[in-house]
Formats: sequence, C-alpha cells, structure tokens
Amino acid sequence: MAAKRTVEVELSTTGIGADGRPQRVPLVAGDTGGLALQAPPALEPELEGEHMLINIGPQHPATHGVLRLVLELDGETVVRCIPHIGYLHCGFEKIGEYRQYNQIIPWTDRDDYLNCVGNNIAFSLGAEMLFGIEITPRCTVLRVIGMELSRIISHLVWMGTTAIDIGAFTPFLWSFQERENVYNLLEGWVGARLTTSASRVGGMAADIPDGWLDGLKAFVRAFPKTLDECDRMLTKNAVWVGRTVGLGVMSPEEALNYGLSGPMLRASGVDYDVRKDFPYLDYETYDWEVPVGVHGDVYDRYLVRMEEMRQSVRIVEQAMARLPDGPVNVDDPRVILPPKHKATSEMESMIHHFKNVMEGPRPAIGESYVAVEAPKGEKGYYMVSDGSAKPVRWRIRPPSFVNLSAIPKMVEGHLLSDVIAINASIDIVMGEIDR
Amino acid sequence: MGLIDAPAPNVVSVEPAHSEGWITTRLDFLVNWGRANSLWPMPFGTACCAIEFMATAASKFDLARFGMERMGYSPRQADVLICAGRVPFKLAPVLRRIWQQMPQPKWAISMGACASTGGMFDNYAVVQGIDTIIPVDVYVPGCPPRPEALIHAIMMLQKKVMKDRMSDTAARMEMEPDPESQLYIPPSRIDALSQQFGNSIPQTRSGQ
Amino acid sequence: MSGFTVIRAGTAPDLPTPATPKRVPHRGGAANPSAEALKARFGDAIRRVDVVWGETSVTIDAAKVLDIVRWLHDDTSQSYEYLVDVTAVEFRDRALPIEVIWHLRSIKYRRFLRLKGLIEKGNPLSVPSVWAVYKGADWLERECYDMFGITFTGHPDLRRILLWEQYAEGFPLRKDFPLRGRFSRAEQLRQALSANPEARYSMEELSIADAFAELPLDMRERIKHGESTGE
Repeated sequence: MAAKRTVEVELSTTGIGADGRPQRVPLVAGDTGGLALQAPPALEPELEGEHMLINIGPQHPATHGVLRLVLELDGETVVRCIPHIGYLHCGFEKIGEYRQYNQIIPWTDRDDYLNCVGNNIAFSLGAEMLFGIEITPRCTVLRVIGMELSRIISHLVWMGTTAIDIGAFTPFLWSFQERENVYNLLEGWVGARLTTSASRVGGMAADIPDGWLDGLKAFVRAFPKTLDECDRMLTKNAVWVGRTVGLGVMSPEEALNYGLSGPMLRASGVDYDVRKDFPYLDYETYDWEVPVGVHGDVYDRYLVRMEEMRQSVRIVEQAMARLPDGPVNVDDPRVILPPKHKATSEMESMIHHFKNVMEGPRPAIGESYVAVEAPKGEKGYYMVSDGSAKPVRWRIRPPSFVNLSAIPKMVEGHLLSDVIAINASIDIVMGEIDR
Repeated sequence: MGLIDAPAPNVVSVEPAHSEGWITTRLDFLVNWGRANSLWPMPFGTACCAIEFMATAASKFDLARFGMERMGYSPRQADVLICAGRVPFKLAPVLRRIWQQMPQPKWAISMGACASTGGMFDNYAVVQGIDTIIPVDVYVPGCPPRPEALIHAIMMLQKKVMKDRMSDTAARMEMEPDPESQLYIPPSRIDALSQQFGNSIPQTRSGQ
Repeated sequence: MSGFTVIRAGTAPDLPTPATPKRVPHRGGAANPSAEALKARFGDAIRRVDVVWGETSVTIDAAKVLDIVRWLHDDTSQSYEYLVDVTAVEFRDRALPIEVIWHLRSIKYRRFLRLKGLIEKGNPLSVPSVWAVYKGADWLERECYDMFGITFTGHPDLRRILLWEQYAEGFPLRKDFPLRGRFSRAEQLRQALSANPEARYSMEELSIADAFAELPLDMRERIKHGESTGE
C-alpha cells in the first residue's frame, strides 16, 4: 500500500489573526524568504512500506488512566484508531441494584472521581424526583456552590494533565495548588478531600460550618489570579498554540450526531448547556454566560474550559450573596434521619430512625432521568423503582464514554503525537467510562 | 588510619584526621541507604487514588523530598510499584505483566482500600486485593488515602529497604505455586475455605 | 480558518423560557407534543404514552424503532438531533418483559423524550440498531449488548466492550446473574490471569498486523507455542 505521506516539520511562532485568534506562522529564515517554503527536490522515489500497528496503554501516563488505543500508522500518520476500554469496569450499576438510595451515594463519588460533589448532588436530584421531594432553598444554593466548586477542580485537573501531555509542567503544579485550597474547603464542609459523599436524598450530609463562607470568599478572590497566570502562560504560547490549533476538529452537526456533550460539544459550536436548556437547582436565575467555540478543535476546547471556570466563579459569587438561612434538610421523616438526641429520647423519632436505617425509604413505582451539566458533559442518572427500597436499575449516563467514542473520528489523519493532545482534550475519566 | 571503636551498626564511620576521605561501613548499609533514598516509583494509577497520588506528587506534598522525583511510567526502570486504585479482573494480567517486567530488587505499595482488599467493590468484576496477583510490601488504608498516609507508607517502605540483606536471596525469589508441592492449595479448596466468609459464589442478598 | 456557524438551542418559535421544574406530579401532567405526533404518524406502532414525574415515555413496537427514530431525527417539526442514551431494564419480577430504553433530546425545541421497546420473556433479545441515524449509538449499544445480551441488528461492530471477548460468565446486569459472578473468586482470577494481555486484539486488528508470515522462523515457532513476549 503506497499511501501518500507528508511529514510536516514546521517551526512556528504565534501571530494574531484578523479575528483576534492566535495563528501558526511558519518561521522563515532571513533573506531566503520564500525559498525556504519551496518543496525540496525529490531525492528518492516515494517510499513504500507496510502499515504499522502501535499499541498505547492500558498503562500509559498519557492515556489518563487505563485506556488502550490500538493505532494503525502509515509512517507517522494515524490511518485507523481502535480504542479498547473496560479495564476499569467495576460493576457500579450492578451494585446499585443491591443498595438503598442513600447507600448508593458513595459509589457516585467514585464513578467520576474528579467531580465527586457534582455526582452526589446529581444522584440526589434523581432520587428526590422519584420520592417527590422539594428541597429547601438553602440546600438549593449550597448545592449550586458545591457543583460549581466541583466543576472548577475537575477542569483544573484537566488543565494540569493536558499541559503535562503537551509539554508544560508548571500549570500542573499551579492547578494542584488551587485544588488543595478547594480540598481544604470541602474538608471543612463534609470531612473528606476527594470522595465527599456530600449530599443525601432530601438534603446535604452537613450544613456549612461557621466561617466557611469566609474561606470560600478568599478562594473566589484568589483563584481568578491563578487562572490569569495560566492564561498568560498558555493561551498565546507558541508551543501550546502549535500543538492544539486545528486538531481533532468536529463540526457542530457531527458533534451532535456523535452525542458529544459538555465543553466538547460547545467548542464545536453548539450552544447547548443542560444548566441553561433543561435547568435544575434554579440555574436560570443566575447571571452567567455559556462559552461557545466555533472551530471545534483542541484549542477551542481549552478556551471553553478556561472560560467555564471563570463563569463558575461568577455563579459561586452570586450564590454566596443569596444564600438564605433556614434548614438544609427537608422536614420529611421518610428520608431524613431524625437528630440524634431525638432518636434516643422520642419514641416516634426512634421508629423513624429504625425504619429508615433498617428498611430504607421506599419511593413510588416509577422512573426518572435527571441530567446535570457535569464538567465532562451531560451526566444523567436514570433510576427505575418498583416500589422497593432499592432501585431495579441504576443507570449512569456517562458523558466521557460517549465523548471518547468519537476518538477514531477525531484522530484519523493526524500525526501520532497529536493523538495525545486530542485524547487529552476529551477530558476522559476512566472510572466513569468503564463504571 | 588508626583503629576506631567498633561503630554502631548502620553508622558510617569516617576518620576525619585523614583528609583522603576514607569511610568504612557495611556494604549492605551503603547499598540500602542509596536504594531507600532514591526509590523510583512506577505509578500504576487506575482510579480515585491516582488523583490523590497526583496530589502527593504536586507542590504541597512534594514526593521529590523522598528521592522519588522521577516518576517511572516504565516498569523496566522502576523500583517500587504503587498500585493506586481498584484493579478489575480485566486489568489483572496487565498488572501481573508490569510486575514481572520490573527488575529486582522491587517493592510494591498497595494504595487504598480497593487495591488492598477490593474495598467497596465486592462484586463480579473486581480483584479482591492485588496481593492475589503480586506480592505487596505496604498496604495503605483509606478510600482514598490522604497524601500523608501515602508518605507514611513510603517511609515505612524505606525502613524495610534499609533492613534488606544482600546475602538473603530468599526474599527476592519468585515462585509460581507448584501443584506437586505440599503447600499447594487447589482453587476448589480455597473456595471451600472461604465460603463461610461470604467470599464465594452464593449471593443471597436479593434486591428487595 | 473560518469557524463553524453556531447552532443555538431552543431556536424554535414560541418556546417558554426554560425553568427548573417544581412540584412535579407523580403521574399525569402535560405530555411531550411529540407523543401525539408519533401517534398520528405511526398509529399502531405506538403502544402507549405515560407521563411519569414530568417525563414522557412512549412505549413503541421495538421492531419499528429505527423508522420512528429516523422520523424523529429528520422531521423538522420534531428534530430530535441528540441521542442521550441507549440502555435496558430488567425487572425483578421475571415475568415482566425486558425494556430497551432510548433517551432522546431535541436541542431546537428543548424537548426530552423516552422511547421504550418491550421484549417479552422467551422472545429473542434483538432490536434494530439506531446507529444509522445516530453515530453516538455505537458504544452505547455495544455496552447494552455486553451487559444484557441484547443484539442490535444492523450495528456495524457488535462485540463486548467493557468485559473481555472471552468472558464466559454471561451478561452481568441480567437479574439471574449473581452479584459476585457465577464462578468462584479463585476461578475468576485464574481465568483472568491466564489471559495473555497482548492476545486481546480483535480479529480486525490482527488482520492489520498480518506480518506473521514475514517473521523469522524461530520467532514464528516461539509465538506459535504460545510463548509470551516481553518478559
């Protein structure tokens, strides 16, 4: 097979195009001007050779977990890509059928482990739909804060690891510094750094402690500065631009057809955000924008994610300002445990406590699909109840699973080294993909 | 160089009077000292624990203080395998292969409840503890362990490395179980033994 | 490089401003208008329409799903351009049929629709694939096949995705599959470890790499006898 190959070796610097977007400009040596751009004379006939099969993963630092890609290469160009997943398949959905609703929440931490709080809250929203519970105003606002913090720390990991893949180490250190600040906040709130189990059906695991909002204010004040530093470091960096612009392009129609969601879909120019279009937790009452890219490449995905972090900060600021007083948990003994002192002193509370723990709350027969805008995309929990205390079916709609399924489409025709950048831009989490 | 008092074990003795820079020590101690302070990790990160491992390697906790600056990612140039995260059956042969590719001497840290025991994933898909596949030196509890816990485990491993003896080769021997030997227990017998602890086929907890 | 034209959500005229649903009734409430349109278009293939917790479920004849989905996707009065999920549900009551679920979204009309196809127990677990309409269905259907054993006819490459090709225990999310698997732990581990991680190429991949005949003779001999490489 003598396919035509071109190996593109292009030194470049960054210029700004008419639309204000960085562009690759080839370096041209001094007086020779255009001469350098002429094709060199053919010294030998087109080489013929066999395609090569190369295997990346499942244990490879650039696959962000245990993804395995089998690539068919023609020279350095990817002709075909066959992804293999399932190396982290842990049977989440099967376990969910054997657990009560509140008991499932620790598993939601561990499916997309970069977005723990967001998953807890998404699951609780789904379960509350099944139970027909309206949560309290304070809980709604606290959940918004939790979800946006969780989006920020998820995008930070994305930025840090992608920068490492593309060759910059410093953003990784900066982003983990900021993550530690959020970890401290989460630790003060629910007692855990990473796997938080922050919410319950009908409320939260805990109200925020005294003075917690001051810590959050300090974070919200300091964090945009770090973001600006990363922005200065990457956005117009010649290496960064050269390795991201024009890679893995998905057109809006293709992106929709492949079921992409989240920043992947918005970078391709589809203005769809679950928070705007199918709102939950009163997101329609906050003032924020949905960033949309128009090129659908790795660079636009980066820009969309950076802007989303800024918008998340805006939402957190508004949520802090409007946080109402009042109870966090609903006043519903079916799902919420009575306070400890009542459970040990009042007969009725003790019965509620006993029934809640031993039998578990039972929702009505029915089903619900509740989707939230997770950092990776549309994350949905679909639960089917047959009236017993455990769901018949607990389905996780994994955004990065569907996003990853488009990777053959995105990498084919690109160079091997660009596969790493494109794969990083999908922001995969194997825990969620394989479940 | 005059005779000096017999040094305490594991103390490098230097005779400062002679500027030629002689030291006397036990070879074991010197080698172990070098090894323990420059362990090259091979992070086998699969799930949530890998994120805490990354936090440990990042600026606040800084694994480089323990001579672990260099992340291996290549089993052939690594000393200590840090298995961070759950290991499903589909990944089991991969982990085994990576362990076999590491040169001797080598150590393994099992980070987190899932890697150590299967943790909360007691189901059809997950290996119930990586010590059924590879030998483990240090187990770190936690789901996921805090970075401090991982650092503690690394310090424990350093202590263990310091006690290594070159003359004792038995510690580094790797054997596949021989079905002829007296020590071999067939899988069916293991099942029968572990049945009463619920670690076997019957699963009676229904979804009611 | 000029950019793409942005596709805006909710561009259809006279749409209400989206708002967080409040006080959703368990049953009843306004059904998705697409349900009526489906009834008018497909008649008998639409078995029933339920509104549960504000979400419209349309039970359809599973054999017709490709036609229905194609119409929903192409018709400009529906334009369900986004496939959210393909999954299945088996109930604890073994007599109830297995449900195959398609979740669809219309970005233009901001609508959400659930299609259900019922497969009676005893019938072959087979439904048409919607891959021809939505490329995103590829992996979702493979996963559904892997977990439930439902065959999607017309799928280009229907094989296991999360578990390995030779997985012998069955389909994990079926209700007759025990939580800890059919085999004992020791047997599961033995089967897993006896697999050669490098041998898990699909036949398709092996055909790419058919350089086997060109390897040196001794290497061919060694590989033939199953010697593992790279240790």
